[in-house]
Amino acid sequence: MSLRSLSCEQSLLARCDGSARFKHGETSVVAAVYGPGDVKPNKEIINKATIEVTFKPKTGLPGCAETALEKILQDTCEAVILTSLHPRSSISIILQVEHDDGSLLPCCINACCVALMDTGVPMRGFVCAVACAVQQSGEEIIDPTLEQEQSAAAVLTFGFSNESEIITSHMIGQIAQEKFYSALSFASSAAKTVSDFYRSSAEKKLSKELHVKERVNEVKS
Amino acid sequence: VLSRCEREFILRAIRDGQRLDGRSTYDYRDITVSFGSERGHVEVQLGSTRVLAQVSCQAVKPRANRPAEGQLFINVELSPMASPSFETGRPSKQTVEINRLLERCLRESRAVDTESLCILAGKLVWTVRVDINALDDCGNLIGCCSVAAITALAHFRRPDVTVSGEDVTIHPADEKNPVPLSVHHKPICILFSFFGNGDFLLCDPGYKEEAVMDGHMVVAMNKHREVCCVQLGGGVALLPDQILRCTHIASVKVAEITEKIDFALLRDERVRRGETVAMEEDDADFITKSQVDAVEVQDVEEPIVVKKDWQESGDESRVVVVGHGTAVIGQGGQSQWDMDDDNGDEQFEVNGGDVDDVTIVETKPKKKKKKKVKKAAPVVDVNDDCISEEEDTVVLTGEDIGGKKPIVDGEKENGVIDLTAALKRKKDQHTKKGKKRK
Repeated sequence: MSLRSLSCEQSLLARCDGSARFKHGETSVVAAVYGPGDVKPNKEIINKATIEVTFKPKTGLPGCAETALEKILQDTCEAVILTSLHPRSSISIILQVEHDDGSLLPCCINACCVALMDTGVPMRGFVCAVACAVQQSGEEIIDPTLEQEQSAAAVLTFGFSNESEIITSHMIGQIAQEKFYSALSFASSAAKTVSDFYRSSAEKKLSKELHVKERVNEVKS
Repeated sequence: VLSRCEREFILRAIRDGQRLDGRSTYDYRDITVSFGSERGHVEVQLGSTRVLAQVSCQAVKPRANRPAEGQLFINVELSPMASPSFETGRPSKQTVEINRLLERCLRESRAVDTESLCILAGKLVWTVRVDINALDDCGNLIGCCSVAAITALAHFRRPDVTVSGEDVTIHPADEKNPVPLSVHHKPICILFSFFGNGDFLLCDPGYKEEAVMDGHMVVAMNKHREVCCVQLGGGVALLPDQILRCTHIASVKVAEITEKIDFALLRDERVRRGETVAMEEDDADFITKSQVDAVEVQDVEEPIVVKKDWQESGDESRVVVVGHGTAVIGQGGQSQWDMDDDNGDEQFEVNGGDVDDVTIVETKPKKKKKKKVKKAAPVVDVNDDCISEEEDTVVLTGEDIGGKKPIVDGEKENGVIDLTAALKRKKDQHTKKGKKRK
């Protein structure tokens, strides 16, 4: 069982404060973050930042399914962002689906997380999300494609923090309790791969700065 | 929103014939066209401006007034991602302007042949939908959107259809190769911006130049030198030969852009046939891009969920079912508020821990300091001034409730307060004061 190839591109958009494009195989999502910034008075929270998520599907007009996804993403981001550091402000996250080939929700969560890191929003950790589809036969598949999702008995999405705590859990379908636990275990170990990928991509992005710092230290000493 | 000195700087530079990014007056920024794996998925970059287009189709019943024609829908959405001034919800005036321009440009100029979209006259036609999402607004969104729209339409393939009499078979992609739409010509919108009351002209303005422009004009043309659409958005008054000059410039630009589009489409065909490598693989060395190949997920060693032994928690609080729909946790009984504060707090501490079963179980006595409790004082302070003539305020004392003693030891009691005695007393009070009550 394997995760598809992951790829991420950061700071690709010019107008927003931070952006990222995250890919799970063919599934591609672009996330952009504006913030912390002004908030409308009716959405203001006096002791925390307001997190607003907008999800745009590839074709058609956004409907109820998109609003439900926005809520899940908002709750996930609120769990990791240190909102109390920016009271009366708003952090807006906008997502655009480029291609959906399965595992859309984990791809969105991962894109959000990398975009927030790119923006520099203070967070207490990051979220690594993975999907697991349980087939009718009982077999678990990590990071399913669209075909595998449509034929599965249930599709579970889990978002884990650095310390492997569960931040998000979402399921469509119906399976036995033991299957839930085994899907959770597989997702947990797969999330470590995503976590390592975050780290390596952040190191690569900052490699020039690190390199310059090292050179400066060398020259000084 | 630009500061005043920025505005003056840009305007002065334009008067001197200079632009912010060093281009000349008629220069267009670099256009990059990239395709996705799905047919009709195009991303166009015009400098930093980015737009994503996707074409989809569906077989539907035709409109009553046009039974033998298919439909073409164009939906441009200016996502809040593209600029902090864009909002979701009701389409802004700019969104509507771009939508209408593209509709006139593509639908009304017959760029896509809608008659060829008919499957069965009066019964079934194709409706083609182009969804355009702006990802980044760095100026000239209309130009970028028009390139994306027409390229996506040229790239798209619709399912092949066989009609025999009244039977229609729509073949899926694996059965028969999908067929392209019939695109007669490729109209491209060229944006001109005017400064200093029409004295100065810039082609393809960036977003700072757009913010300081006095007026703009859009000229849509194809490479056959046919003008498909002209829109002058107010702001400046132009002379007729200025407009003619703009159309000459536009025809040159459109020829260049159409060449780039055709080249990109051809290249994509070769990539799909496997003859060339996709463009993205050439520039894999950016520090902002990283990739990891498919990774095997390790097998799980120990179960992630450990069953907790609930019996060990040693919980002391039990639930006592008193009657239908009534249960008591802890020690119930008469309210002990408004007495000695210390006693009140101690008595009403509910034990932490989970509640297992809802059965009638003996309450375990809590080992605490046993304090003496005073006799129940009146709970309500009766102030004569507050009493209205209409209402009667009845104060219940301990005796009214049935003479229950406040709890001191952990005695077994059922915790029900009997208030019937109080009702009797109320009646007596009435007769005393001589008031009638219904």
